[in-house]
Amino acid sequence: MTEGVTSMHELGVVFNVIDRAREVAIENKADQIDSVTLLIGQVSTVIPSYLKDCWKWAVKKESMMKNAELKVLTVHAINHCDDCGEDYDAIPHGKTCPKCGSSNTWLLQGNEFIIDEIEISDSES
Amino acid sequence: MKNVRVIELKESVFASNDQEAEKVRRQLKEDRTFLMNLMSSPGSGKTTTLCRTIKDLKDSYSIGVMEADIDGDVDARTIADTGVSSIQLHTGGMCHLDAGMTRQGLDEIGASELDLVVLENVGNLVCPAEFDTGAVKNVAILSVPEGHDKPLKYPLMFQVCQAMIINKIDVLPYFDFDMKKVEEFARERNPEIQIFPVSAKTGEGFEAWESWLREQVDQWNGR
Repeated sequence: MTEGVTSMHELGVVFNVIDRAREVAIENKADQIDSVTLLIGQVSTVIPSYLKDCWKWAVKKESMMKNAELKVLTVHAINHCDDCGEDYDAIPHGKTCPKCGSSNTWLLQGNEFIIDEIEISDSES
Repeated sequence: MKNVRVIELKESVFASNDQEAEKVRRQLKEDRTFLMNLMSSPGSGKTTTLCRTIKDLKDSYSIGVMEADIDGDVDARTIADTGVSSIQLHTGGMCHLDAGMTRQGLDEIGASELDLVVLENVGNLVCPAEFDTGAVKNVAILSVPEGHDKPLKYPLMFQVCQAMIINKIDVLPYFDFDMKKVEEFARERNPEIQIFPVSAKTGEGFEAWESWLREQVDQWNGR
């Protein structure tokens, strides 16, 4: 995969995040979005550094979120083995359980791409 | 005074697209239209496979094709030569189609009057897998020169697909492509996946693939 394709992907998902954040701000009658916190799994297809670059460019076009900060919390990738019950690091070991060698395993966490919270503000009261 | 609040959302970024995709599917069901989302790498023979499938099926069904590309209309013209209706969707630089873009395409092509609409997604095995387009079934095409380890490298693509076509089996003698391994790797991710080895050039294997597709269309459309 080329870098160009990757950042196109990140740009697309940044627009999804911005749209949702704007909706939430309007629902809550806020004037401004100060920050958005995302939970991103280690093995999700989103690369945080590309995401932040796209974010900086995209929020400038949004009146409500010109200075909004993007915070990223990483979710560790962990696999669970159905044969021996072990939970292990998915990145170095992949499908094969390091304890018993079984490949009867599945991703417990690490594929997340979640909007955790949105910090909004208004100048009234 | 500035009044700051924190809204806890804990919601998948894909949630709104998923809702939109469900809406698309409900409409398709009402209209008795089957939408197939066809995904693959560039150069896997997606358009050639599609042209042959259309030629064999167009007497049984009214068919439309939506070509999604970043730019250009070469594929849409090739499809138009088969005599079915086709439109070109431009993703405007984006590497995938989402459910909203798919719905616009369905309206434009007049999907409610068609039995089968094929969405030829952007040639890419990563991003299209993450966005539910609202299709009834997802199909991936893999070709022999790409190697049998593709399902290991792009697991999500093979998880979201109900069928996998392995194209270009006419060149099998020239490549170290292990058919047993590719099936094993794909089923490891998705035990239910249907696998159809074909050659879009010679037509080999198309009977099995097309009979599966007919079954899916008839079932969905209630014929």
